[in-house]
Amino acid sequence: MIDALGRPQSVLLIGGTSEIGLAIVRALPPERLRRVVLLGRDAERIDLAGKTLRQGALAEAGVETVVTRAEASADHGSVLDALFDAGDVDVVVLAMGALGDQAAAEADPRQAVDTAQATFVGPLSLMLHTGRRLAGQGHGVLVVLSSVAGRQARRRNYVYGAAKAGLDLAALGMADQLHGSGARVLVVRPGFVRTRMTAGLPVPPLAADVDEVARAVVAGIRARRTVVYTPAVFRAVAAALVVLPRAVLRRLPF
Amino acid sequence: MRELLTGWGRTAPTAATVHRVSSVADVVADVRSPARAVLARGLGRCYGDAAQSAGGRVMSTLRLSDVELDEQRGTAVVGAGCSVDDLLRHVVPRGWFVPVTPGTRFVTIGGAIAADVHGKNHHVDGTFGRHVRWLELVDGSGEVRRLSPTEDPQAFWATVGGLGLTGVVTRAEISLRRVGSSWMRVTTARAGDLGALMTGLREHDRRFRYTVAWIDLMSRGAALGRGVLTSGDHAPGPDVLERGVRDPLAYAPTARAAMPALPCSVVNRPGGRAFNALWFRRAPQLQEAALQPLAAFFHPLDGVRSWNRAYGPRGFLQYQFVVPDGREDVIEDTVGALQRAGTPAFLAVLKRFGPAGPAPLSFPRPGWTLAMDLPVGVADTLARVLDTLDARVAAAGGAVYLVKDARCRPDLLAAMYPRLDEWRAVRARLDPSGRFSSDLSRRLAL
Repeated sequence: MIDALGRPQSVLLIGGTSEIGLAIVRALPPERLRRVVLLGRDAERIDLAGKTLRQGALAEAGVETVVTRAEASADHGSVLDALFDAGDVDVVVLAMGALGDQAAAEADPRQAVDTAQATFVGPLSLMLHTGRRLAGQGHGVLVVLSSVAGRQARRRNYVYGAAKAGLDLAALGMADQLHGSGARVLVVRPGFVRTRMTAGLPVPPLAADVDEVARAVVAGIRARRTVVYTPAVFRAVAAALVVLPRAVLRRLPF
Repeated sequence: MRELLTGWGRTAPTAATVHRVSSVADVVADVRSPARAVLARGLGRCYGDAAQSAGGRVMSTLRLSDVELDEQRGTAVVGAGCSVDDLLRHVVPRGWFVPVTPGTRFVTIGGAIAADVHGKNHHVDGTFGRHVRWLELVDGSGEVRRLSPTEDPQAFWATVGGLGLTGVVTRAEISLRRVGSSWMRVTTARAGDLGALMTGLREHDRRFRYTVAWIDLMSRGAALGRGVLTSGDHAPGPDVLERGVRDPLAYAPTARAAMPALPCSVVNRPGGRAFNALWFRRAPQLQEAALQPLAAFFHPLDGVRSWNRAYGPRGFLQYQFVVPDGREDVIEDTVGALQRAGTPAFLAVLKRFGPAGPAPLSFPRPGWTLAMDLPVGVADTLARVLDTLDARVAAAGGAVYLVKDARCRPDLLAAMYPRLDEWRAVRARLDPSGRFSSDLSRRLAL
């Protein structure tokens, strides 16, 4: 159960090697956490992430690892059912996705399909299964990592942006679906975050690091919010970008 | 129907299927239903998550509200869903009063038993459970049992204070107290600091059946822990007649106001300090034997309906603990720790408890109890401060009141409730397949 001060006792990270996801797990108040589950595609890297968590502040909590692939949607139901049957999950963090290479996707659209699969289609399936279980248990928070890239089409990353836009829309819809069920959805819209995934890219203004994003998420869970931007100023930036004429938008340097 | 449920503190809402049961047969059917968990709920006045069970089937007992007064025996057989409010309206005009009432009359009899509630007369009369002659319980197998201090006493005392986890209480026979009027004879005295307040409470405990102290947790320096003592006894009928009251037993309390829904908390530091200062100055230096209606003395907060909304949508929690005599230092340190943390606390209450009752999970034990309402706004700081206080309380041989809890450290439970395993063994007998659970019992792994 999440207590009155917003401290969960169990967390499931879907995308168990995601840097932002792991930062969120580390940022949760550790004193009540008893169960941490990392779910991801790469057994070796997941195990490594689990070991690292056990050596840190979460030494007291049980850390489990589960392997599944985004494209194996036929298995998602049974994998998640097994996890929830073993015990209620208070916080689920959906942090699966791939940035992809925009230019490569334009040259070879099969790569765009891969990005959409990894960032939207697979996570959508996992999200729907998770929502069903959270509604059943009558409590819990589903944290969905979206992106400001999904708020407005940009020349430099619209394939990724479109996938995140799809996921963001579905997450908001699920927030309405779960309204009154005791479970909630928190949509997180970070700007540029310095991670492995964005390494080597030019760093735009207002870039954040993973711990900043994680802190905003923990505060959002505690305050029972539905949408958080990180940094918070992106709420205004995103609103401005949406009303900007495309001719101006095209010329923006970032 | 699925409903979102919270306690009075309005924190941590979860959803359950709520069923308004109207008979023992309904309760039995629910217990035997395939729902993943079942739990009884009355008026939901526990502050935290004791009366909710996420994803389960929650039985509202409010329709089980019959009252049968037996003036010969001086008792009433009362349905579990009957509130203290309803019971008082029924019995006070006939010259009877409940043996123990908590600070609100909007609790059910079932809830009063499950929490083994205490009142201002604990030092004389003990907890509510001590005045229960017998109770009827639907256990985890759906069997209906009659329990009393002589009929399966282990099961009886595990149910008293058992937080609804041994079964569903459907009705009980309660001993009542004869009163000559619906008025109290009240003595009010200010105390300028914590030491004076504690001395005053000890002294008043010897003179009055009912005592309590309001304590100002926001005053500083020499006035740290100042407060107002309010003590009293039931006023005899002739005294009341003498003062020109026509019907000494008339009893019809009403709420004078209602708190509107607010977008944010209005309980903040400057507001809290101003309110507390005003409250202190409003109290007379010393006033003896003033007449006060029952409701004004016992249930002053019930005068404002939905006052919990003052804390805004994020809600508040109540922290109540007890420490034994000789550990007054914990009370002093708590006042200091909350001040340093800058946590606004309206409405803090200090009281002395008498001897503990026989129920293993009952909260009161001899010593001092301090209760305070705290907005969750500054959650980070509050979490740290209260976790530290938990450890101090447990080390001092004290405990946190579980029915008000919404955040306690699960690892300290066995230290706070040394008879926990004994209670668990009886619960396992009454509910072998673990049908009964609440968010509280899951959170604390009870």
